[in-house]
Amino acid sequence: MSVLVFTENWDGKFKKSSFELVSYASKIAEMLNTSTVALSIGNVTEDELKNLGKHGADKILSVTDERFNYLENQAYTSVIAQAAAKESASVLVFANNNMGKALAPRVAVKMNAGLGAGVDQLPKSTEPFTIHKKVYSGNAFGNVIIKTDVKVLTLMQNSFMIVENQKDGAVETFAPEVNEAHFKTKVKDVAKQTGQIILTDAEIVVSGGRGMKGAENWGAIEELAEVLGAATACSRPVSDEGWRPHNEHTGQTGKIIAPNLYIAAGISGAIQHIAGVSGTKCLVAINTDKDAPIFEVADYGIVGDALKVLPELVAGIKELKS
Amino acid sequence: MKILICLSNVPDTTTKIKFTDDNTKFDETGVQWVINPWDELALTRALELKEDAGANVEKVTVINVGLANTEPTIRKALAIGADDAIRVNAEPKDAFFVASQIANAIKDQGFDIIINGIESSDFNGSAVGGMLAEMLDLPSVSAVSAMKVENGAIVIDREIDGGKEVLSIETPFLAVVQKGIALEPRIAAMRGIMMARKKPLTIIEAVDVQAMTDFVAYEMPQPKPPCKMVDADNVKDLVNLLHNEAKVI
Repeated sequence: MSVLVFTENWDGKFKKSSFELVSYASKIAEMLNTSTVALSIGNVTEDELKNLGKHGADKILSVTDERFNYLENQAYTSVIAQAAAKESASVLVFANNNMGKALAPRVAVKMNAGLGAGVDQLPKSTEPFTIHKKVYSGNAFGNVIIKTDVKVLTLMQNSFMIVENQKDGAVETFAPEVNEAHFKTKVKDVAKQTGQIILTDAEIVVSGGRGMKGAENWGAIEELAEVLGAATACSRPVSDEGWRPHNEHTGQTGKIIAPNLYIAAGISGAIQHIAGVSGTKCLVAINTDKDAPIFEVADYGIVGDALKVLPELVAGIKELKS
Repeated sequence: MKILICLSNVPDTTTKIKFTDDNTKFDETGVQWVINPWDELALTRALELKEDAGANVEKVTVINVGLANTEPTIRKALAIGADDAIRVNAEPKDAFFVASQIANAIKDQGFDIIINGIESSDFNGSAVGGMLAEMLDLPSVSAVSAMKVENGAIVIDREIDGGKEVLSIETPFLAVVQKGIALEPRIAAMRGIMMARKKPLTIIEAVDVQAMTDFVAYEMPQPKPPCKMVDADNVKDLVNLLHNEAKVI
């Protein structure tokens, strides 16, 4: 038996969510009295692979076949199922992000496994296997029993603390059987940010709404993001107006994020926006309207003009850090 | 080309969520049911492609797994412009159950593109699309934010963390679509509502499939302490609170 973790790297470095996943999986492995195996697909150095061992991976399977440079759902599904069979995995863990959502349901069907999507904590029990997840876009939670022998879970990001848990972390090259017929998509173009923090992987997010009054005022958001090492985001009206690109829109129909700290500047807090950030640990709201709904869900609030408050916040944080 | 859109019937997004029977059942009292927002965007994009002569879409079909009470939602999709509809007559039990029912209902119908919204706004599982693709042994593309037909080829934008990929794919395939696939959901016009009554809605009996998961109890979020207000003239206090109390910076 084992718990198998599907990890993801970003230009050869594991994403923060992958360390969360390995930490999480090794706790489940402890509950089941079994070992943790991490699967890495892509070009990752042995040193970086070994980092997974620091967070609880007993073994790391590394697939470096170049045919897997781009995500091909059927081909990846086959690799993951082969790894799971080889390691007799009884639990498979993915991140609840773009890649995890693309693969986990396919893998679940292939392995005849029940899927627990978007879990936000360790299983409440392993017999029966009961998971806890967000439902109704964060307005409630559900306890769900997975009845199958093999279970597939996707873990909400930023919902499990990365822990140090040094294990053997033996790296093993894994060469799965590959079916050429599985490669049906051709990638024609890639637009990928470099150097910035990825919104869905970020611990801190600074987000602006209509109260920022125009694209020309976004320097204040970017400056605060820079001093905090944060990603930037925006509300739907802002992306609809074209002040910011659509890929920054957080909310029910945009990106759903769960950072440790979310600073909402000039965002009134429509229910659809809140649905996209309800997993946030600490929410700070800055708004001129003291009755704005954002203050009902915020942990800390300032009634004031974001354009005035943000520069002072930047100054205060610089002082703290110095 | 024939396009299939999988529809979920969900509570309106502004519904106040409550439970009954010792927190084991969703309280449907006074709930307005709607097409799941992402499925509605998927339908909108399919209809846009149908209107584009170059895309060569002959028919847009919608499918829902539900009892007779989901028919108003299905009729709404027909009123918006879908050509016909299928309802698999069963109470949806879990994602695996729903995907199995859809797979069975459409396996011989030769759809070229099957589209699912990224998640339903009730169980937030993001699961039916991927499961259905695996059951039908179809290629799938997830996190799709744009879909076009260029010189007969399907071109798709796929969101990746921190960017996007543009890719081409041959039919048949399944797409799981999200933000960006269409700008605004289309609204039914009076003429569409009249026509929808006459459009075909086929009812298919369910196949015997066991759910793999059971919802055993719901919980409401813990009531959170009121927002701690900081004076706009003392922004430094906020920095201190975030550092010393919340410990997030």
